[in-house]
Amino acid sequence: MSLSTAGRFVGQSVKRREDPRLLTGHGRYVDDIVIPGMLHCTFVRSDAARGRIVRVDVDAARALDGVIAVLTADDLNPHAGTMQPTMLLTTPGAPLRPLAATDVRFVGEPIVLVVAESRYLAEDAAELVEIEIESEPAVIDVERALDADVPIVHPELGTNLGAEMAFPIAPELEALLQGENVVKRTFRQQRHTPVPMETRGVVVEYEPAAGELHAWMSTQNPHEAKHAMARVTGVPAHLVRVEGHDVGGGFGQKFFTPREELVVALAARRLGRTLKWIEDRRENLIASNHARADVAHCTFAHDADGRLTGSYIDHIEDAGSFPIGATGGAGALVGLLFTGPYKCPVASLRTRAVWTNTCGRGAYRGPWMFETVAREQMVDAAARAIGIDPLEWRRRNVVPTAELPYTLPTGLPLDMVSPSETLEQAVEIIGYDAFRVEQRRAFAEEGRLLGVGLGLYVEPSTGMMDPMGTETAVVRVNPTGQVTVALGTGSHGQGIETTMAQVVAEELGIDYDDVTIVQGDSSVTAYGRGTGGSGTAVIAGNSCRNACAIVRTKAIEIAAHLMEAAPDDLEIVDAQIAVRGTPTRSVAWAEVARIAHLETARLPDGMEVGLEATATFKAPAFSWSNACHACTVEVDRATGVVTILRYVVSEDCGVMINPMIVEGQVAGGVVQGIGGTLYEHFIYDDDGNPLTTTFMDYLLPTTTEVPTIEYGHVETPAPTPGGHKGMGEGGAIGSPPAIFNAVADALALVGATIDHTPLSPDVIFAALG
Amino acid sequence: MLPVEMTVNGGRRRGVVEPRRTLADYLREDCALTGTHLGCEHGVCGACTVFLDGEAVRSCLLFAVQADGSEVTTIEGLGGADGALSPVQDAFREEHGLQCGFCTPGFVVSVTALLAENSAPSETEVREALSGNLCRCTGYQGIVRAVQRAAEESR
Repeated sequence: MSLSTAGRFVGQSVKRREDPRLLTGHGRYVDDIVIPGMLHCTFVRSDAARGRIVRVDVDAARALDGVIAVLTADDLNPHAGTMQPTMLLTTPGAPLRPLAATDVRFVGEPIVLVVAESRYLAEDAAELVEIEIESEPAVIDVERALDADVPIVHPELGTNLGAEMAFPIAPELEALLQGENVVKRTFRQQRHTPVPMETRGVVVEYEPAAGELHAWMSTQNPHEAKHAMARVTGVPAHLVRVEGHDVGGGFGQKFFTPREELVVALAARRLGRTLKWIEDRRENLIASNHARADVAHCTFAHDADGRLTGSYIDHIEDAGSFPIGATGGAGALVGLLFTGPYKCPVASLRTRAVWTNTCGRGAYRGPWMFETVAREQMVDAAARAIGIDPLEWRRRNVVPTAELPYTLPTGLPLDMVSPSETLEQAVEIIGYDAFRVEQRRAFAEEGRLLGVGLGLYVEPSTGMMDPMGTETAVVRVNPTGQVTVALGTGSHGQGIETTMAQVVAEELGIDYDDVTIVQGDSSVTAYGRGTGGSGTAVIAGNSCRNACAIVRTKAIEIAAHLMEAAPDDLEIVDAQIAVRGTPTRSVAWAEVARIAHLETARLPDGMEVGLEATATFKAPAFSWSNACHACTVEVDRATGVVTILRYVVSEDCGVMINPMIVEGQVAGGVVQGIGGTLYEHFIYDDDGNPLTTTFMDYLLPTTTEVPTIEYGHVETPAPTPGGHKGMGEGGAIGSPPAIFNAVADALALVGATIDHTPLSPDVIFAALG
Repeated sequence: MLPVEMTVNGGRRRGVVEPRRTLADYLREDCALTGTHLGCEHGVCGACTVFLDGEAVRSCLLFAVQADGSEVTTIEGLGGADGALSPVQDAFREEHGLQCGFCTPGFVVSVTALLAENSAPSETEVREALSGNLCRCTGYQGIVRAVQRAAEESR
């Protein structure tokens, strides 16, 4: 392992600044916000997946003491601007509306908004609302949704095909796919959902006299929320303020601004009152975004030596009814990244996003991660089919570091990654060869089913689309020398107040305790991309670096003027600006800051007063990180229960700002992957009724299902300043196929096969026959 | 409406509540102790765990009137004066046992209860004792380490 020399702060596992307030119960989450006169909201939702609204009777609800308003589509929809949650990603198709007016398109679709003096009263009133829906057959099975005899989810669109991208199949690929050593498989990943422990929520205050709208919201992206609320309510964007404060997890679900938050903002604007809506867990499960509902038909062609010669993927993603973000956006990347870190001369793809009468699809930690799931599961299936070990298949096909940069067959340029190094490090840590020996012994002598699985991937960080790849930092030095940094991020567990302070302290040569980060507030920070897409270290980190460079240059110029020294001879060490090699000739950082603000006659002629800078950073279109996951499992033949024995992640996110936080992010992602592979399944019946609406039915991993995770680090610095790479999502990308492959490996001992998740005991039991 | 009187974090609190008001809502809204969090409101996630007469309970499954005459300790009552962290809280910080922090108050209460009962739990005992608290961020890695650290340091 070769890690770069850590700095004073960058590269250190600095303890988090956020922790003391969160550990003592003094965090400020959205439900902790109390505004005088605040009213409470609850939604009445559809209990039918598809059908016509025949009658909505709100009279009894309106008559209840303490009820302020009971709003229907007639009350709100005519006053709404566009409901599109973001202008960053175009969302073709889905005809978004605040409240369902004449028909419903999934169970959980909001129909009525109740506003009352307390949440208890709002729930009482909601029970008095009478809604009659004439149910119609619903579109639930995504693989049947494009058939001619299936109803149309959005009649306005006339088709259930939401988006499609297809590359032509070159004749040479056609020939390969019909030739020898071809392996075909179909894999299905079940619908699940991000499940942040804090549900969604918003408080919206509208002050009619001032015309200002002020919202507190559980969001990853306060600036986009501000703009979405401005569009919906008609309040000009500069009069809208969105604050995040502490956010109890998001994992993508809170990146774009969902429907309910926009409806509450619109209602606050119409009523001129302050409204609070806190989602309950049932609502979060049935009506926040779903994810991961994918199917892919995959084909690999090989030469006689087991080298990949051609690849094809035909992918379908379930977009649900009203997706949040891009429709088909996940699928495009599933297709483009399918061959991942392996050499493949020629490939083609088709991806389709399909409407169904279910909760809309949205971002979830690695939204396109099915490319890794499908590919890595395909690799193991192919290896078994052509008679080589899955590790050997990977060794033969992985792009060697010496052959980088490598252009994927879909045209994407891959560089500055280390898939072969992380593969070798992961198999060494887990003891792959020794495990194979033990696996054979345990099966031969005891009949036990042990298995080992790998998941190797490369992950692109978002830089391709404006403004996902851009962030602005304002670095402001106070007259005391202490520094306040404003970032447009929306931290929700990543520890941004800690890591960005590490970067700024390092860059300015001052103490970490003298830097504070202000973020999560659209009015005191410059427009920013929010927090998501594994972007903070690279994009926010380098916007901080760029602003610090300007501040540092100015501080050194001031010090040079004061000391009558040449700026080039000065450096900042431990908050002293000193002549390099002569530390006794120095001026304190704090003294320079004081003079810059309060004794301005001592500044160089013509220099602007003050010491602060605003700077942006735009990430390159592609910057890649990579990792290899390896795990071992035992499958209980009597019960079908899978137990994870060991779990190893070898990752390369370039230079780490805070290794403790990197490993924490990896661990969190891995365990979400464990949940998604073994336990979590959002189930609809054939009529579109949700069956998993509590934590007793929708199963999350707990302490007793999760192994201790072991880490290896490889460091290939990114070509951007600081050398960092994205790493927030990767844990959730590599883990599902690693676990699936380990289970498939164990089952292969007795000739059993699997092709879909979750790998619950009944699925394993069925596979074992 | 019914009168309730209880000791909360060492201080006497009198209130008048609807019989249906949950203990969690009473603590969060009437007592302004917002450190107790509601993650599911059906007793599974454990974020709302508080001490009731020395026992860790789910405040979302209790009515405030059920705590009448009792002694309640919330997350705000576990640390020292001036924001000092308790040994369990400090161990969570040292071992990165929290990320978003939403489930954290429930975990800290559950761990404090565990260590009061068993000052040297094995890893298996730790995992079983905490299997009724859900965390979505940490993968439980730092949490399990934090319990072991807090146990070691209290010896």
